[in-house]
Amino acid sequence: MAYTEEELKKELETKEYAYGFYTDIESETFPKGLNEEIVRAISEKKEEPQWMTEWRLEAFKQWQKMAEPEWANVHYAKPDFQDISYYSAPNKKPKYESLDEVDPELLDTFKRLGISLDEQKKLAGVAVDVVMDSVSVATTFKKTLAEKGIIFCSISEAIKEHPELVKKYIGSVVPPRDNFYAALNSAVFSDGSFCYIPKGVKCPMELSTYFRINQAGTGQFERTLVIADQGSYVSYLEGCTAPSRDENQLHAAVVELIALDDAEIKYSTVQNWFPGDKEGKGGVYNFVTKRGLCERNAKISWTQVETGSAVTWKYPSCILKGDNSIGEFYSIAVTNNFQQADTGTKMVHLGKNTKSTIISKGISAGRSQNSYRGLVQVQARAENARNFSQCDSLLMGNQCGAHTFPYIEAKNKSAQIEHEATTSKIGEDQIFYCNQRGIDTEKAIALIVNGFSKEVLNKLPMEFAVEAQKLLEISLEGSVG
Amino acid sequence: MLHIENLHARVEEKEILKGISLDVKPGEVHAIMGPNGSGKSTLASVIAGREDFEVTDGKVSLDQQDLLDLDPEERAHAGVFLSFQYPVEIPGVTVTNFIKASINESRKARGLEEMPANEMLSKIREKSALLEIDRKFLSRSLNEGFSGGEKKRNEIFQMAMLEPKLAILDETDSGLDIDALRIVANGVNKLRNKDNAIVVITHYQRLLDYIVPDHVHVLYNGRIVKSGTKELAKELEEKGYDWIKAEND
Repeated sequence: MAYTEEELKKELETKEYAYGFYTDIESETFPKGLNEEIVRAISEKKEEPQWMTEWRLEAFKQWQKMAEPEWANVHYAKPDFQDISYYSAPNKKPKYESLDEVDPELLDTFKRLGISLDEQKKLAGVAVDVVMDSVSVATTFKKTLAEKGIIFCSISEAIKEHPELVKKYIGSVVPPRDNFYAALNSAVFSDGSFCYIPKGVKCPMELSTYFRINQAGTGQFERTLVIADQGSYVSYLEGCTAPSRDENQLHAAVVELIALDDAEIKYSTVQNWFPGDKEGKGGVYNFVTKRGLCERNAKISWTQVETGSAVTWKYPSCILKGDNSIGEFYSIAVTNNFQQADTGTKMVHLGKNTKSTIISKGISAGRSQNSYRGLVQVQARAENARNFSQCDSLLMGNQCGAHTFPYIEAKNKSAQIEHEATTSKIGEDQIFYCNQRGIDTEKAIALIVNGFSKEVLNKLPMEFAVEAQKLLEISLEGSVG
Repeated sequence: MLHIENLHARVEEKEILKGISLDVKPGEVHAIMGPNGSGKSTLASVIAGREDFEVTDGKVSLDQQDLLDLDPEERAHAGVFLSFQYPVEIPGVTVTNFIKASINESRKARGLEEMPANEMLSKIREKSALLEIDRKFLSRSLNEGFSGGEKKRNEIFQMAMLEPKLAILDETDSGLDIDALRIVANGVNKLRNKDNAIVVITHYQRLLDYIVPDHVHVLYNGRIVKSGTKELAKELEEKGYDWIKAEND
């Protein structure tokens, strides 16, 4: 492990949310409320072409006709969509080639977040496209990527520079009318990342984006589009931290992945939005739509470690359209205090010989509620489709809840579908056993939780796995005893 | 080394230990025998610091250090080791990983650096050879799917790795067939030296054929009612516990 025991101990001692601070950077914020004018203004602000404006307006129309979904196993005060500002951008707008040009206060924020845009990161081979409050402010390694023909930039830039790709693929996997939050995102998305890997190219480094919410009361609507052309490969990392805040913050992102014939996309997320305080006050609402499309022989793997947010509503899914395509979902969802998570996946088998694997690990502590919700759907022409699902829940204490809602729909007789589920509890016996071997209770919990989550942690890229392990420990701090 | 004086302990309202006194010197092996429900396992748990039991009176110290004020992990750092009657499973945590955490936490408590990986490795090699442990065993999840014999052998392996001052073996013979018993007992014998002490808690005499005690104590109804040499254990084996009960009821 890259961090020392001392650092780990320090972190375990930190009672409050480690990243709870607010950076004061002058920004331009739109008035609260949402209407056609605001949608147009966002588009104009971002200097978008006419087709994009029309696309947003159409999405807005759809959204107006839709109702907020209520089927998830979560309870919260619904956001007032007219009380949110839909655009906020750091004032000093120019893009930077070198870090020296970046606002020092912003750099300090990155430091406190543990995001290093410095040599270490470069040596680790990570190019970081940082999304700070809706506008990308720093991009590195672009040149190296460009040599391979890889495009990795903000979605705003892609709309201007690569309109043919964006126009072709945006909304092709998650159409604006897909659901309430996807429609909202389509109308008002502020920024996000775009990635295109050309035919046959293996992306030489992990692509990584960090998201933050930084402006009081501004919902953040990120839009991510990743396209892996035929026979290409990319591993994409997404990590989030957010400053603490009293009022609820809305986050409704859309992520679309397109894996063309023989391509592979690995998409890894460590999510650590502010979960609210110990009394359940504040915290981020995270309503995310993530979906990938697999063409022939393509493969998409979603790996997520979800430790944050007050309310999570998230189902990274795969449409296995092409024959022999593969979809995977590996998830760790941790809830503590008053957090609520309803998360899982959809695996839609359309092509022949398609395979999917689902490994879900839910950890609930405090008075939280943790639900797995998954759909495995085998369509009529999907001969020999196979799925394996495993859903394990770990409970800490007597006041939390773990729920599993697996849905299976098979319309082809040749389908093979397996589902396994377990529920266990961290017992005082386990803790005492560890104590007796000289391991204190906090460390014992970390050990037990890491053991429980191992199958999923192993799927993360190395440096992310370390970060994720740390997060699990911080998230469950003080949850037993 | 271990000094217990007039120890009283209860669980909820029920008094289980009713004034136990015991002295164990370095290099000694003491056996604590007694019928079921006499308080043997409670004594082990109280020394190790299990919270379910409340100590109402008395003293327990290890090398003059008061143990009763310490948390269970601090007692472990001080050199107390308990081989559990029912070792728990920790899925996904390998035997190696667990022992590594255990050793390094104890070192940290003593202000030492983590044990270097190569040192750890050679120690694991040495101790697993000593206890005839297959290397594959070390990569399995702790106690998960272990047979009774494997669980107990794993306890003794941890003891070997941690090198405690005082090892308490709680019913280490329970659930073992005769071959497993012999392997475990041989392991314990190899770990005996002039600086450490071992307290063997057992219901039956048979373990004491292999781990020969210097002193035998009979615990009944929360008190030590008889102490003697290994001959006492033989006598108990022949006559059972009824005569002890008759003398003390």
